[in-house]
Amino acid sequence: MSDLHTELKKSIIEQLNLEDMEVSEIENDEHLFGDGLGLDSIDALELIVLLEKDYGIKLSDPNQGKEIFNSINTMADFIEKNRTR
Amino acid sequence: MNRELFVHNSIVIRNSKVYKNGQLIFEAETDLSISKFLKKIYKQQELKYPKFFKMDNLSKLGYLGVELLTHGDIQDKETALVFANSSSSLETDTAYAETMNEFPSPSLFVYTLPNIMLGEISIRHQLRSENVFFISEDFDPGLFVDYSKALFQQKKVVNVLCGWVDLHNNEYDVFLWQIALSGGKKFNEEELKKLYLPTHE
Repeated sequence: MSDLHTELKKSIIEQLNLEDMEVSEIENDEHLFGDGLGLDSIDALELIVLLEKDYGIKLSDPNQGKEIFNSINTMADFIEKNRTR
Repeated sequence: MNRELFVHNSIVIRNSKVYKNGQLIFEAETDLSISKFLKKIYKQQELKYPKFFKMDNLSKLGYLGVELLTHGDIQDKETALVFANSSSSLETDTAYAETMNEFPSPSLFVYTLPNIMLGEISIRHQLRSENVFFISEDFDPGLFVDYSKALFQQKKVVNVLCGWVDLHNNEYDVFLWQIALSGGKKFNEEELKKLYLPTHE
């Protein structure tokens, strides 16, 4: 697991107040929404803020979110390719 | 219908203490922050509701108060909610305003109305009932009595859950009670004052 993957898991737990969850409990390919972590629409907005705040990425097309926020793997891939900080 | 109404159970959360029907049922260190105090109640009660951690402190107070009041079980899904406070959602409004300088927080924004607490309680207990949230300068028993009696008189409800849930500058004052057509103490302004005031300093 890369540092970015671990960093993302820590940020998600902290930013989304997943108090009872540990980094080791989130699988890289686990769905973040629906049956996986069970995140909701407000969490999706927080993830968009997280991308901009921590990695300088502003989503131009909100519809991209569905693919980007599919899992930790898809988020990390997108950040690697688009980060400005 | 002008039948007599009764108060079933009551909960007071104040000064790091929780009282149920006048009896102390939980006490924490007085120097705890409100967040830690609320988390301690949640853990002590062995509650399992992860959404608790996403709520603002006002909603946490309302959620915990109702769990303690009802043992987590509201049978009548038409139970009306009649709530009030004096500080509205000011704590969260302020916290949200501070995030606006940089990245406005969506998760804070959704709690910038006090009646969101009623939504949280309704979701938790799958209520499909009438609810109302008043803002009044101080705890006003007459407001609760008049509004609740009107609900019963109009035959809209057979159960009402009332609450005064105030939070300002990390000071909290919570008083919740259930009203029904039978059992318990008489539901009037005098009895409400007695239930609210004994531990109020």
